[in-house]
Amino acid sequence: MKIAVLSGKGGTGKTFISVNLTYVAENSNYIDCDVEEPNGHLYFKPEIVKREKVYAKIPMVDKDRCSGCRRCVEFCKFNALAYIKDNVFVFEDICHSCGGCMLLCPENAITESDKDIGEISEGVFNNSTIYTGILNTGEETGVSIIKKLLNNIGDEHYTFIDCPPGSSCSVMESVKNADYCILVAEPTLFGVHNFNMVYKLVKLFDIPFGAVLNKCLAGENPAEKFCIENNIKILCKIPFENELGKLNSNAEIASQIKEKYHSLFSSLLKSIEQEVMNETAIDIKR
Amino acid sequence: MICKKILTYAGYKNIIQLSAYAANVEDIMRIAIPVDEKNIKGNVCVSFGRAPYFMFYDTEKDKSDFINNSAANSQGGAGIKAAQIIVDNNADVLITPRCGDNAAEVLKAAYITIYKTKNNLIEDNLKNFKEEKLSLLTEIHEGFHGHGVK
Amino acid sequence: MKQLLILSGKGGTGKTTVAGAFIKLSNVKAYADCDIDAPNLHLIMEQGSKPENSDYYGLNKAVIDKNKCIKCNLCYENCRFDAINNCDGYEANIYDCEGCGVCEALCPSSAISLVPYKAGDMTLYRGYKVFSTAELKMGSGNSGMLVTEVKKKMRLASDADFSIIDGSPGIGCPVIASISGVSMVLIVAEPSLSGISDMKRIIETAERFNTKIAVCVNKYDTNTENNEKIKKFCKNNNIKFVGEIPFDKKAVEAVNNGLTIVDIDCAAGDAVRKVYKETIKILSN
Repeated sequence: MKIAVLSGKGGTGKTFISVNLTYVAENSNYIDCDVEEPNGHLYFKPEIVKREKVYAKIPMVDKDRCSGCRRCVEFCKFNALAYIKDNVFVFEDICHSCGGCMLLCPENAITESDKDIGEISEGVFNNSTIYTGILNTGEETGVSIIKKLLNNIGDEHYTFIDCPPGSSCSVMESVKNADYCILVAEPTLFGVHNFNMVYKLVKLFDIPFGAVLNKCLAGENPAEKFCIENNIKILCKIPFENELGKLNSNAEIASQIKEKYHSLFSSLLKSIEQEVMNETAIDIKR
Repeated sequence: MICKKILTYAGYKNIIQLSAYAANVEDIMRIAIPVDEKNIKGNVCVSFGRAPYFMFYDTEKDKSDFINNSAANSQGGAGIKAAQIIVDNNADVLITPRCGDNAAEVLKAAYITIYKTKNNLIEDNLKNFKEEKLSLLTEIHEGFHGHGVK
Repeated sequence: MKQLLILSGKGGTGKTTVAGAFIKLSNVKAYADCDIDAPNLHLIMEQGSKPENSDYYGLNKAVIDKNKCIKCNLCYENCRFDAINNCDGYEANIYDCEGCGVCEALCPSSAISLVPYKAGDMTLYRGYKVFSTAELKMGSGNSGMLVTEVKKKMRLASDADFSIIDGSPGIGCPVIASISGVSMVLIVAEPSLSGISDMKRIIETAERFNTKIAVCVNKYDTNTENNEKIKKFCKNNNIKFVGEIPFDKKAVEAVNNGLTIVDIDCAAGDAVRKVYKETIKILSN
């Protein structure tokens, strides 16, 4: 059962919520898909059992076989190749690793080399498995790392997917095979505006979802208003508490430290389980 | 990545010095300039990679021809593609207000010297070049790395 | 034009809140929201003019003509982005397609073509000031190019010698595109371990460019110990620390009412004024 936690706006509490849900669920998996700025590992400090580098394929031209036909240069939609003084130049930072030049070279003069773009690690914390992906600084996109992270994750236990902020290709990649989505909102105008963007995204993907309202203060909550107006199920309201903020800022797992937070997240997990069961029932009826 | 850039720049500087020594402006030269319109009395374009046209001026024949810049509409890597066009059209010199690092690498590899424009009039820049009043373009800006714009 | 870019690494630290305040304090004539994935600046800046909307086209995307398709499977086998669906006839998924053209080149029956695809909406306000913003359609890649387009529009403010850019979280494509060519990057950090980790990575990213870098801390009093860690890190790494802003509930109220924190009387507003002053000193040198 894959549960993606996303928000649109950054800083609403995706990591806080996915980390704590992982803690209260038995034998769960946690996957940090925010490969540009992964934070979950700071909370778990997992014991690493496996590390794997992630590579992007970059073309390499064998000068002896190259006939100078320039088919590769003309084909590349990203203009990552240039032909100067009988040499093909490859611009690595522009190359999208599509493999087209290699496929189309009539002389088979192009092979591919691996460029290190990041890493995946697998670790253990209590009875949970923690997967972290990290993109090397200077690299443009971590989509291939996210794909690798989500490969081969079983369905027997709960897997909580901590998504990147926004609603771009990285988020889509993190969410697309999820069974259920938790949309995290904070009670600000910014929060609601961006919440709307991920709300559209989960509807587009037709993935069942519910909202968690985080950092709730007294007074009017624009995020709550939005959920009510759009008939979005509110799974839980987490109050803004200095104590919680402090624990979180020290990368401590609140449900591990304080019983009241353990209860809060256990209830949230139960609500999610209920929602997922309802969705499955609806699906069966269909 | 930073080291690579320093090396590239240092290498480039050496090539400039070599070609500046070797290139006497009285030699026959084919000069490329990114331009806004197909008219020698017009303006130099503020961008290199996405200039609408390139003008090639032949010093011996005192003639210029214009081509469309097919790199202008590229999603990314426009500077590289534009530099390829300059190379393919046998330019010896490029006079431009600015140039990105990837494009500069292409031009350097082809031994094309890059000069910086003084004002935005094509004719003035050609005159300045002949009178050796133009300086080499030394500030190669960080390219837009595939997301280029003017 | 001197450009000041506001980044953070971690999301939610207060970039837009700080950017909004800076724009008000400086009365700058050109500003942009380059957080095209989740733009928010327009919510707190009043627009004195009508918006000019334009479409942003990213890379072309593949479209398969089912009538010509002979189901040879070559496109599916060679697509590096898993963008071809072959369960019910062959179809290219617009969200995964990167427009590389491999499928088009390989298709033996010319059933595939690359067509223009609208990837976002750009909005420009041109009154006394120029405000450029955009929103990327969800699931889009190529955000870097849209960021560059948004920045480019600020040049329409021909008399502006200074501009402010509200950036996006992360360290990837849109952030790299936004840093290119700016005079200074101000990083808004938050005093949490996540915030510190993310701050270090964005500093590392920004250092690849030839730009001034400074750090300020927002909501500093939520964890003073971590705040001191940040100050120490800056000192040890020769990074200018330009000030700290306290957590202030009034700041939330201001934002929820579409105002910047310097439009109302609050502690955060007072503090951001000092941060602004220090930042401008560095930018002007």
